[in-house]
Amino acid sequence: MTRLRTPILTALAIVTLAVAAAAERGADGELRMLYWQAPSILNPYLSGGTKDIHAASLVIEPLARYDENGDMVAWLAAEIPTLDNGGVARDLKSITWKLRDDVVWADGTPFTAEDVAFTAAYCLDPSGGCASLASFQGVDAVEAVDDHTVRISFDVPMPFPYAAFVGSVMPILQQRQFENCMGARAPECTEENFAPVGTGPFKVDEFRPNDVVRYVVNERYRDPDKPAFSSVLLKGGGDAVSAARAVLVTGEFDYGWNLQVEPEILQDMEQAGKGEVVTAFGTLVERLVINKTNPDPKLGDTRSTYQDGANPHPFLSDPAVTRALSLAIDRDILVEAGYGSAGQVTCNALPAPAVYASTANDWCLTQDIEFANRVLDDAGWERGRGGIRERDGVKLSILYQTSTNSVRQGTQALIKQMWSEIGVETELRNINASVFFGSDPASPDTYQKFYADIQMYTNNFDGTDPQAYMAGWVCDKIPGPENQWNGSNISRYCNPVYDALAAEFAETGGIERRAAIAKRMNDLLVADGAMIPLIHRGEVAARSLTLGGMRHNAWDATLWNVHEWHRIE
Amino acid sequence: MLRYAIRRLLFAIPTLLAISFAVFALLDLAPGDPTAQLPLTIPPETRELIRQSLGLGQPFPVRYVRWLEQFLANEPLNLAEVLFGIEIGDSAGRLRVSSWATRSPVVDLIAQRLPQTMTVVGVSYLVAILIAVPVGVFSAYRQYSVFDQVGTFITMIGFSVPTFFTGTVLIVIFSGALGWLPSIYDTTHRVTDLASFGYQLKQMAMPVMVLALFSAAQISRFTRSAVLDTLHQEYVRTARAKGLSEPLVLLVHVLRNSLLPVVTVIALGIPTTFAGAIITEQIFRINGVGALLIGAIEGADIPTVQTVTFIFAGLIVFFNLVADLLYGMLDPRIRYD
Repeated sequence: MTRLRTPILTALAIVTLAVAAAAERGADGELRMLYWQAPSILNPYLSGGTKDIHAASLVIEPLARYDENGDMVAWLAAEIPTLDNGGVARDLKSITWKLRDDVVWADGTPFTAEDVAFTAAYCLDPSGGCASLASFQGVDAVEAVDDHTVRISFDVPMPFPYAAFVGSVMPILQQRQFENCMGARAPECTEENFAPVGTGPFKVDEFRPNDVVRYVVNERYRDPDKPAFSSVLLKGGGDAVSAARAVLVTGEFDYGWNLQVEPEILQDMEQAGKGEVVTAFGTLVERLVINKTNPDPKLGDTRSTYQDGANPHPFLSDPAVTRALSLAIDRDILVEAGYGSAGQVTCNALPAPAVYASTANDWCLTQDIEFANRVLDDAGWERGRGGIRERDGVKLSILYQTSTNSVRQGTQALIKQMWSEIGVETELRNINASVFFGSDPASPDTYQKFYADIQMYTNNFDGTDPQAYMAGWVCDKIPGPENQWNGSNISRYCNPVYDALAAEFAETGGIERRAAIAKRMNDLLVADGAMIPLIHRGEVAARSLTLGGMRHNAWDATLWNVHEWHRIE
Repeated sequence: MLRYAIRRLLFAIPTLLAISFAVFALLDLAPGDPTAQLPLTIPPETRELIRQSLGLGQPFPVRYVRWLEQFLANEPLNLAEVLFGIEIGDSAGRLRVSSWATRSPVVDLIAQRLPQTMTVVGVSYLVAILIAVPVGVFSAYRQYSVFDQVGTFITMIGFSVPTFFTGTVLIVIFSGALGWLPSIYDTTHRVTDLASFGYQLKQMAMPVMVLALFSAAQISRFTRSAVLDTLHQEYVRTARAKGLSEPLVLLVHVLRNSLLPVVTVIALGIPTTFAGAIITEQIFRINGVGALLIGAIEGADIPTVQTVTFIFAGLIVFFNLVADLLYGMLDPRIRYD
């Protein structure tokens, strides 16, 4: 009896499993997503645009991803290489990734280390215009050791060796498909760039640039039970408000991306009961960038240039002034008016991950007009005619610019009012975003030229390691005519102490020690008044109440775990 | 007539060349940067390399001549190859006008989007004519009647309220409150049977209504004034005095003569409707040529903007010619030779 029962039970079990599996993969029909900025190309290396990276992330995958807590998860790799498991060399000069051996490309060919090495070569070709080139900084060679082992070696010791091939920005391309698309030929490969062969849960069925992408299940996906959806429609175009409406009110779509909409509008729409707004916080900080050099138009060509410190700003180089400006701002009101649940007050340039967040600057969290006035009084800035403070004939009169955007103009008006209470006069200006963030060296209105005293925008960094981001404020990176205004140190901040810390940061391993340095750098930026952080901004999306399995993620593409998404009743 | 047509066609060449230069130069001189939309996480040095890879390093005249060559020589050659399935010269090495955002040939993008624009714009224009001409004729015939007053009121609304407003109002009413029509145009929808054809009608209803209202307002005003002019002509009085029935007078003697200026207006209005469709397409998310243009402007995708704008300019020149020729054909009094 027992002899008979076992095979029967086994057969039963197999049948049940098979039925369960069949019921799982593709059982939930179509997933409908709305991106109000439509994807233009599905090769992230040729675009760099967030929408394109997201749209590609369903198809092509990196070696590791960040989960919603900012922790690294092995994806195409079998495990995350560390010092402990020997994946990272003792001298920090190489990292060895072991790849999963059960991965095949959607066309049936095996995924190997050669593909990883090829992707590196593809991006490193200087004539290709690869958007992720910076992630290969310090990389000496990427080589396939065997079919399932890749070694990345560095010129210098890399305390954080995970820049390359981690996160949706840097997925692996198939060598077989992209072999003939290297360098200058990269843009000509329209067919490849529009339908990359991937290892992800879906493959591209149809792509209409700047309009719509339709995906179908990749039958060769490594998890036989996933994805639950049989197809995905990613529709693009329109604006954020109508995208929110399509998910929250009419229920035509399951997911809406990047809904930066006035909070009361979103709350209103949520009342319809079809969906909910979700927010995830990464490293995005809306900040006031302070010009440490003199932007006076009378200076002609030398305005807003560093000149080795010979051209300091007449009053913003005084830390007392920037401290008072920061104290005078009521950040809670800014959040309430423009961001709602999508914003939190912050006083840090580096608000996350939690281990890097400093608490030394919490003095700015609550507005204190009285104290701000006292700080200015003590520094010798006295109220002159019209209540505007001045010292030695220099008036506290600020030109404050930002990009054209209704939330930003609202913030500008509020801050102008707050500053008037401490005797600071403010002139507001807004510039079209495509000009402001453009880098036309001939245009006087770019954020890099910074022909103003203060400007406001938002910035962040990919992944969770702030080393490259914090290195953006070293003296070498000050923009100016000699580097065609290409430099990330927009504040023109220069402090040898900070430079030394940046150098130390690049050589230090161990998360606690790194965090200590990062915090000191962050505190220096705030104390010296290179910037006034305002709001820690979240990424806002809307999901239908019938969409399950979504783990909204600000550290990676929000579609990072789309293979786990499913329909709930 | 033929000589006139040829002369006009030849004259169109320098016009179009001048337009192409103006379009190219204006867009080129305008501030804007294709890398402006990228996240700030991409460092400036990388952005510079991206711009180089887009060919932005070259001087203006070189880029202009290359664009002209690509658009006026390479693209027609490519079109001929595709249409007739032949190969002319070195077709693989021939550079085509390439979009910066999608890195694919602009003309392919336009070809992909033209059908959507044509269906929506074409149908709406047809609907507009079918509504506008009878309304215009009847309003003129019954000048200052209730019908005329109501018609004037509605056409004034259609004429003065912008399409982005009427479009949003319609969405709020028909998709929001009533839930009858989809607010987002499904561009992947294919008509296979009666049900899917019904859905196609449903999703086209609102954009077509919006555009038709706009064009109908214009056309019916013109029709009304043209018919009014004709109604007071001597030969109309003569026709009536002969004892002809009113429908006969109106449809044969009045309508035929007064339609001459209307035909011109309709022909000249076609390119304008394309322009009006730009906004409507954006509202309803129709992936037409207009939506392509808006997206390209936002993304500073200059080659796409230049090409689409130039095609629009070409359409205007072409329909001007068509209007003139039609005039000559319809009105025997007009001779060009």
